Amino acid sequence: MTDQTLNAIERLALVKQERMAAQLSKRYGKEKRFRFFGMASIVIGLTFLAVLLGTIFTAGFSTFFSSEIKLTIHYDAALLGLSDLNDEDQVRLADWSQLVKKALKTRFPEVSGRKQSRQLNGLASSISIYTLKDRLLANPALMGTTEDVWLMADDEVDAYMKGQVDPSVPEIERRFNDFQIGLVDQLVASGEMKQSFNTTFFTNGDSREPEQAGIRGAMIGSFFTLLVTLSLSFPIGISAAIYLEEFAPKNRYTEIIEVNINNLAAVPSIVFGLLGLAVFINLFHLPRSAPLVGGLVLTLMTLPTIIISSRSSIKAVPPSIREAALGLGASKMQTVLHHVLPLAMPGMLTGTIIGMAQALGETAPLLMIGMIAFIADVPGTPLDPSTVLPVQVYLWSDLPERAFVAKTSGAIMVLLGFLAIMNLIAVFLRKKFEQRW
Amino acid sequence: MASSSLFLILILIVLVVYLFGRKRSEILAQAVGGVRNLHSLPNYYGLMAAVWAGVPGLLLLCAWLAFENTVIQNMVIAGMPDHINSLSQSELGLVWMEISNLQLGAMSSASDPSYFAAIDRLELLRSQSQIGKTVLVLSLTVLGGLVGWRLIRPEQKARNQFEGVLRLLLLMSSMIAILTTVGILFSVMFESIRFFQTVPITDFVFGTKWSPQMALNAEVAGSSGAFGAVPLFAGTLLIASIALIVAVPIGLMTAVYLVEYASPKMRSIVKPLLEVLAGIPTVVYGFFAALTMAPQLKTFFENLGADPVSSESALAAGLVMGIMIIPFVSSLADDVINAVPNSMRDGSYGLGATRSETIKLVVFPAALPGIVSGVLLAVSRAIGETMIVVMAAGLAANLTGNPLEAVTTVTVQIATLLVGDQEFDSPKTLSAFALGLMLFITTLMLNIVALAVVKRFREQYD
Repeated sequence: MTDQTLNAIERLALVKQERMAAQLSKRYGKEKRFRFFGMASIVIGLTFLAVLLGTIFTAGFSTFFSSEIKLTIHYDAALLGLSDLNDEDQVRLADWSQLVKKALKTRFPEVSGRKQSRQLNGLASSISIYTLKDRLLANPALMGTTEDVWLMADDEVDAYMKGQVDPSVPEIERRFNDFQIGLVDQLVASGEMKQSFNTTFFTNGDSREPEQAGIRGAMIGSFFTLLVTLSLSFPIGISAAIYLEEFAPKNRYTEIIEVNINNLAAVPSIVFGLLGLAVFINLFHLPRSAPLVGGLVLTLMTLPTIIISSRSSIKAVPPSIREAALGLGASKMQTVLHHVLPLAMPGMLTGTIIGMAQALGETAPLLMIGMIAFIADVPGTPLDPSTVLPVQVYLWSDLPERAFVAKTSGAIMVLLGFLAIMNLIAVFLRKKFEQRW
Repeated sequence: MASSSLFLILILIVLVVYLFGRKRSEILAQAVGGVRNLHSLPNYYGLMAAVWAGVPGLLLLCAWLAFENTVIQNMVIAGMPDHINSLSQSELGLVWMEISNLQLGAMSSASDPSYFAAIDRLELLRSQSQIGKTVLVLSLTVLGGLVGWRLIRPEQKARNQFEGVLRLLLLMSSMIAILTTVGILFSVMFESIRFFQTVPITDFVFGTKWSPQMALNAEVAGSSGAFGAVPLFAGTLLIASIALIVAVPIGLMTAVYLVEYASPKMRSIVKPLLEVLAGIPTVVYGFFAALTMAPQLKTFFENLGADPVSSESALAAGLVMGIMIIPFVSSLADDVINAVPNSMRDGSYGLGATRSETIKLVVFPAALPGIVSGVLLAVSRAIGETMIVVMAAGLAANLTGNPLEAVTTVTVQIATLLVGDQEFDSPKTLSAFALGLMLFITTLMLNIVALAVVKRFREQYD
C-alpha cells in the first residue's frame, strides 16, 4: 500500500514536472521571440537608414562629375559679326553660338541635313558660348586664332556618358537617339570627351538647364539665414536660460514661461511660417524671400531648443561654485557672469550648434515666407531674395528632367555633409569640455 | 545719413562715453582716497554712463525706423487733393504704390497730375526725415551720455544699477517665448476670424467638400461647401495613423532592446546611428518617399492585383513618416524605461520571471505614463509634419480610408494655399490660416495632455 501511495505521489510529481517543463519551454520560447522582435526593430531602423543614404549617394554621386567635349575653336571675327571687341553693343549682339556650331561642323563634316545638324549642335551645353565669350574678352589676342577648348556637354550627353541612357530601349522612347550616341561614341573613342570634377555645381546659381544649375545661391542663402538666426537666437537663448535658471522667482509667471517654452518646442514648424508671413511680411513689410526674414522665423523656432539645452547645462554647474563666489563677496550677477556662464558655455554651444543644424534642415516655414521663388542670382546681402539648401532640394525634386534627380541627390549630399560637420563639432565640444563634478 | 552709418556713429559715441565715464570715476576716486573708496569698480561707472548714452538713442532710432514710412505715407496722402483723399483704403494703397514707383523712376506717366506734386512732397519729407533722424538721435545720445557722465559720483551705486539693467535685459529675453506664442495665436486668430465671417465655422468643421481653388469666385462655385475641412482631417489622420503603426512598435521595441538586452558596446553604436535618422532633414525623407518609396509600392501592389494604385498614395507618405518618427519614440521611451529602478526588475527576477515577462509585466506598467506621453508627442509630430506629405501625398481632397489612394492633409493645404503670389483678402488664403489655427490648437492640446499625463501618473521612485 505504501508503495502504491508513493507511486501515486511520484507520478503526480512527474506529471507536474512535465507540465512545468512544457510551460517553461513555452515561456523561454516567448522570451526568445520577444528578444527577436527587439533585434528585428533595430535591424529595420538601421536597414532603412542604409537604404536611404545608399539611394541618395548612388543617385547623387554622378552630380559631382560633368562631361566635357574638346572642340577646336576658331575665333572668327567675320563669323561672329564682330569688328571691335571694345564695343559693348557689338559684343552683346554677336552670335557666339556660331563658334561652337562651326567647330562641331568641322569635327563632323559628314553631318548634313537640318535635323541632324541641330542634334549635332545640341551636344554642347548652351553655357559653352559664355565660356568662349569670357575667354575672348579676357584675352582679345585670341581673335583670329585657333585653340582647343574643353566645353561643357549637354545634360543628355552627360547622362549617356554616365551610363544612364540604355541603348537597348527603343529609340522613340529616348530623348537621346542613336545618331547622337554614334557621335558621342566617336568623340569618346578619339579621347575628345572626358569626365571631370563638376565645379559648376558649386559656383553657379540655380538654372533651368540641369547641367548649368548649381547650389551656390542656395548655399549663400543658407549661410545668411543661419547667420541671422545665430546672431539672434544665441544671445537671446542664453539670456533667457540664465534668467529662468538663476534669477526667476519660483512663481506662477515663471511657470507660465516655462510651460510656454516647452510647448513652443513642439509646435509644428509650418505654424512658425504662418507667424512669419502674418507678422514680418504683412505687418512689418519686410522683403519677401529674404534671408533676414527666414532667419527671424528660424530664430523663433530654434529658441526653445537652445533655451532648454542651455538651462540643463547651467543646472549641471554645481552649487558649490556659486556658493564659493558668493562667499568671496561677488554679487549674484558677477557670480553668474564670471563663474557659472563660462563653465556652462560648452554645453550651451553644443545646444546652439544642434539648434543651428535643425534650422539648416528646415524647409516648411521658409516656403511660407516666399523663399521658394526661382532665383538664379547669388544673393549678396541678407536682404536680397534668395533660397536655401533644403528649399533648393524641394524645388529641384519637382522638376521633370532626369538630370535634376541627380542634382537633387547631390544637393542633399552637400546638405547632409554640412549637417554631419555641425553635429561632429557638437559631439567634439561635448567630449572635450565635458566635466564631471 | 543712412541708418547703418548712424548706428555706427552711435556705437562710437557710446564707446567714448564709456571710456570717459571710467576715467571720471578714477579721477573722482583720487579725491576720496583711491579706487577702494568708490562704491563700485570704475568699470561699472563707465558701463552705466554708456547705458545712459546708448539706450535712449537706440530706442529712438528703432522707433523712427519702424514708423517713418507710415507717417510719411499718411502725410503725403493727406496733402493730396480731395478727390484722392476720399478714396477707400485699398484704393489709397494703389495710389501710394503708383507714387512710389514714379518716385523710383519705374514708371514715367502718372494717371493723375497731382501725383507729381506728391512726389516732390515725398522727397522733401524723406530728406527732412533723414536730417531729423540724424540730429535727434545723435543729440539724444550725446545728451544721455552727458547725463550719465554727470551722474558719476563716488557714492553712486553703479554696479547695482548696471546689474539691474542687465537683469531687465535677461527678463526681456525670456519674455520672447511668450511673445512668440501670443504672436502665433493672434496672427492665425485674426485671419481665421476674417475667414469665418465669409465661411460659417460649421461649414468649415463639418463640411465634406474641399475645393478652395473653385471658391475663388464665390458667386460661381457657391462658397458654401467648398471649404469643408473634413477630408483634410481624415487624410491627416490616415497618414498619421500609418506613421504611428510603423513608429510606435518599432520605436518601443528598439528602446526595450537597447535598455534591457543590448551590451553597452552595442548600445553605444546603435543609439547614435538611430539618432542620425532623427537628424536627417524632412525634405530628404520627402524626396525619398516621392521618388523611391511611392513607385516601389505602386508596382508592388499592382503586381499583387490591387486596383490602380495612386503614385501619391497615403501609404508611401505614412511609411516614410513612420520611419522618421522611430528615433523620436525610441529616445523618449529609452529615457522612461531607463528611469524604472533596477530594484523592481530584481524583485521580478527573484520571483522567477523571465526577462520578457519582467519587461511586459513590471517595467512597462511602471513606464506607461512616460510612454503614453511620448506617443502623444509623436502624434503631434506626425500631424504637424509638412515636407514629407507636401512631396509625397496628393493635393486633391479625398474622403477615403484606403491607404493606397491619394489623400491630402492640413499641412499640405496650408503650404499650397500660401506658396506663391496671393491676394491677402481672398477666403482661399484666409482658409490656410484657419487650418493653421486648427493645427496649432490640436498640437497644443496634445502637448498639454502629454505633460499632464506624466505629471499625474508618474510614479516617484526613491
